Amino acid sequence: MSTILSVQNLKTRFTTFDGTVYAVNGVDFDLKQGETLAVVGESGSGKSVTMLSLLGLLPAESAAVSGEAYLQLESIEANLLGISKEQLNRIRGKHISIVFQDALRSLNPVMTVGEQISESLITHMGYNKKNARSRAVELLEDVGISYPEKRYYSYPHQFSGGMRQRAMIAIAIACEPEILIADEPTTALDVTIQTQIVDLTRRLQDKMGMTVIWITHDLGVVAGIADRVMVMYAGMPIEKAPVDELYENPQHPYTEGLLGAIPEIGETEQNRLISIGGAPPDLFAAPKHCQFAWRCPYVFDRCWREIPPYFEVGDGHFSKCFYDMNTQQARGEE
Amino acid sequence: MSEKKETAISTGLLIDEKADRSIAGKIAYVWRLLWRDKAGLLGLIMFLSVVFAAVFSPWITPHDPMQQNIEASKQAPVWGEEGTAEHILGTDSLGRDVLSRIIYGSRVSITVGFLGVMMAFTLGMIIGLISGYKGGRTDNIIMTLVNMILSLPYLVFVVFVAAILGNSLLNVILIFGFTDIPIFVRVTRGEVLRLREEGFIEAAKSIGQTTPKIIFHHIMPNLLGPLITLATFEMSAMIFYEAGLGFLGLSVPPTIPSWGNMLAMGRQYLTVYPWMSVYPGLAIVFTGFGMNLFGDWLRDAMDPRMRRKKK
Amino acid sequence: MLRYLISRILYSIALLVGVLFIVFILLHLTGDPVSLMVSRQASPEEIESLRQELGFNRPLLVQFADFVKGALQGDFGNSFRYRQPAMDLVLQRIPATIELATVALIMAIIMGVTMGILGGSNPNTIWDSLARGLGLLGQTIPTFWLGLILILVFALQLGWFPTYGRETFQILGVHLPDKSIILPAFALSLFTTGQLVRFTRSAVMEVMNEDYVTTARSKGLKKMRIYTKYVLKNAAIPLISIIGVQFSYLLSGSIYIETIFSWPGLGNLLAEAVGTRDFFLVQATAFFTSFVVIGLHLLTDFIYVLVDPRIRYK
Repeated sequence: MSTILSVQNLKTRFTTFDGTVYAVNGVDFDLKQGETLAVVGESGSGKSVTMLSLLGLLPAESAAVSGEAYLQLESIEANLLGISKEQLNRIRGKHISIVFQDALRSLNPVMTVGEQISESLITHMGYNKKNARSRAVELLEDVGISYPEKRYYSYPHQFSGGMRQRAMIAIAIACEPEILIADEPTTALDVTIQTQIVDLTRRLQDKMGMTVIWITHDLGVVAGIADRVMVMYAGMPIEKAPVDELYENPQHPYTEGLLGAIPEIGETEQNRLISIGGAPPDLFAAPKHCQFAWRCPYVFDRCWREIPPYFEVGDGHFSKCFYDMNTQQARGEE
Repeated sequence: MSEKKETAISTGLLIDEKADRSIAGKIAYVWRLLWRDKAGLLGLIMFLSVVFAAVFSPWITPHDPMQQNIEASKQAPVWGEEGTAEHILGTDSLGRDVLSRIIYGSRVSITVGFLGVMMAFTLGMIIGLISGYKGGRTDNIIMTLVNMILSLPYLVFVVFVAAILGNSLLNVILIFGFTDIPIFVRVTRGEVLRLREEGFIEAAKSIGQTTPKIIFHHIMPNLLGPLITLATFEMSAMIFYEAGLGFLGLSVPPTIPSWGNMLAMGRQYLTVYPWMSVYPGLAIVFTGFGMNLFGDWLRDAMDPRMRRKKK
Repeated sequence: MLRYLISRILYSIALLVGVLFIVFILLHLTGDPVSLMVSRQASPEEIESLRQELGFNRPLLVQFADFVKGALQGDFGNSFRYRQPAMDLVLQRIPATIELATVALIMAIIMGVTMGILGGSNPNTIWDSLARGLGLLGQTIPTFWLGLILILVFALQLGWFPTYGRETFQILGVHLPDKSIILPAFALSLFTTGQLVRFTRSAVMEVMNEDYVTTARSKGLKKMRIYTKYVLKNAAIPLISIIGVQFSYLLSGSIYIETIFSWPGLGNLLAEAVGTRDFFLVQATAFFTSFVVIGLHLLTDFIYVLVDPRIRYK
């Protein structure tokens, strides 16, 4: 599989009244055509900000983004972080789309749902109003919304939560983008609808050959859809692995902690939920050492001195940690 | 570093090492904020200078504001025709010194503004607390009344009442104090509801706190910020309205120097002796400007959301 | 939607009744309305006979019932000074005030909303500073003083406009004000301009930070489209309510402006009536202005419902 997106050393800083926030501190990953990459992390880990940075959706006055993001598609090649606003606008919505978490707040309340789909078609695909409308109705049907011809003229507040999320998906896939970024699209929905949305996304992905980046903090969802997983903490990916590898053989102490915190049905009294001690990291300073050190059960002195590099611990499996989980020892100094 | 701080940092809890929770620390914080936003500081200085003028009028006026001197009447300011340094801003039609009258006029304005706001603030806060805390029918009735009053043409009724009650400082204070209550009720109630929504009240009740304690300990501290900001703006508005009433001859008796009265009198002579109207008006603008600058700063300083945005 | 409208209509009616009550009771605030209305030299016998004639010696409730009955027929008694039915005088003066208020409102909307949009969409630029400056100006310059200054500068010194009065020209038999309306309307408009700038600016700023604007940008839509269909359309809705509220201020301000410019409208009438202690006229004017304001609020509610799909489709 070919790499369609290669992100290198992405960093994002916000200037705020209280100081500079170092939200993203060096993200590297490669996205392969057709795969589903899950980006996992707690609130504040930088997973959403990373994606917003890639698409230039952060406020220009307060956000400073650096690094490279090489997009390599059949029809277009560009460094997302190096091109002009106009060029970026031709990519957004057409080649890369994003589905947001809170559909109620992410949809224009004074515009019909149908029109919000149509406008993408008109802008990027050269449809005229009439054709855009019929295509939009088709899309509404594709995402499982009943009575699509009527629903075209509905406003977002008239939809239920699940329907709104489907509508958001319809908007995102309207121009058949190569890459779909789903930013916690199911977090605000209840479990049954979650499953529906996940299934819908899978079906559409297969049908259209899309590559999907799925951002979530829910490891259960990850197990259901991902090919590869990238775990983020304090603005950095601390472990990258194929999904099965990650669950069977987590290498980073944080991942281990996350997996230990999942309640399992059938747990005996012996197994208790292990929570990760300590508090989330302070993002007001540029990291100079491992950011998980405060909470890590395996921490030792080297962890406080430098930021660990990526150690390859398996096939396509990387861990950003000085502690070797397999041998239960500190890795040797290089 | 103290041990407490070390632990706090190591657990990642201490975001701002400079945070100092003592009273002195808070005042220092406020001062730093004020200094950072020079406009707010300027506003405060302007406002305080007016208060100063009001308090120390007898000591800083060059002349007796009531003293009439027909020979010196209708004299232009020092830079105009036949103006003298004796009367820097000229005299009015009865020969009274304009500058002195302006300075004395600040007494009426500050008194009306301050006492009027005090009255509206106190009564409005109490009613707002009752309305927001009790909720239900009481709340509905109070808020319906409040909204009705607020939707009426304010000045029309103020003029009406002022005409009925007659010219006196007390009447003016009472009128403004009373008619401004609804605004304070609304803001207070809004805050109480917000606290209710955020669960403070519920939480306090659940650990068995009594109502008065809840109100004083939890609700009032949160109220002070928005209410003081509102009070600043309302005081400025009252000063303007008092001057307006004076302009229509409905404020304090014409013998007492007030900015509005001066404008009323000066109006007849606008074409020939404009200084009688222009300068009192400038005093009003000066006061309003200062209070608004300060009020804007106050509002931004009190609002935790605003503080996090980039300056 | 219908329920909302009906409740607003009922509310307005209740409000009008409340106003009637207030207008009535204010006259009796000091306990003896007659003493308010007579000259100082009146003898006790004259006062007493006047009291009987006007029915002020009857129980309050009876008086109120009569008052309401009269009000429903448009009868607010006669003006002392003009010896005419008070409401007739009020109705005569309406057109002049409506002209003034309308022109002032249009000026305020053009200046205020435009600057608000420019300021709100370009934060921390010169436009933003100008917008905030205009807001401050509107808030700190007293309407009555501004009127005087405008006369001083533009009418007296420069001679571009008349110093007072409403002059008209005729089109198709209709009298429309000429440039004599410019100064008074401008003076009247400044406060409202300030309000509109502030509100529009903050509304635009708020909307620009909304999630749906981020969505729009993520769709690669053209800037102009995002601007009109996402930002402005959403900011316009609360703006309608704000404009509705401005009528109250405009009518209040007209009391000053019409007095200063000798503009033959309601504000002038009220100021005069108060000055000559012509209280029936004061009552009539107060009631009528409230009536207009309440009516306009109701109209605003109607428009709001039509424009906001969240209310229209419930």
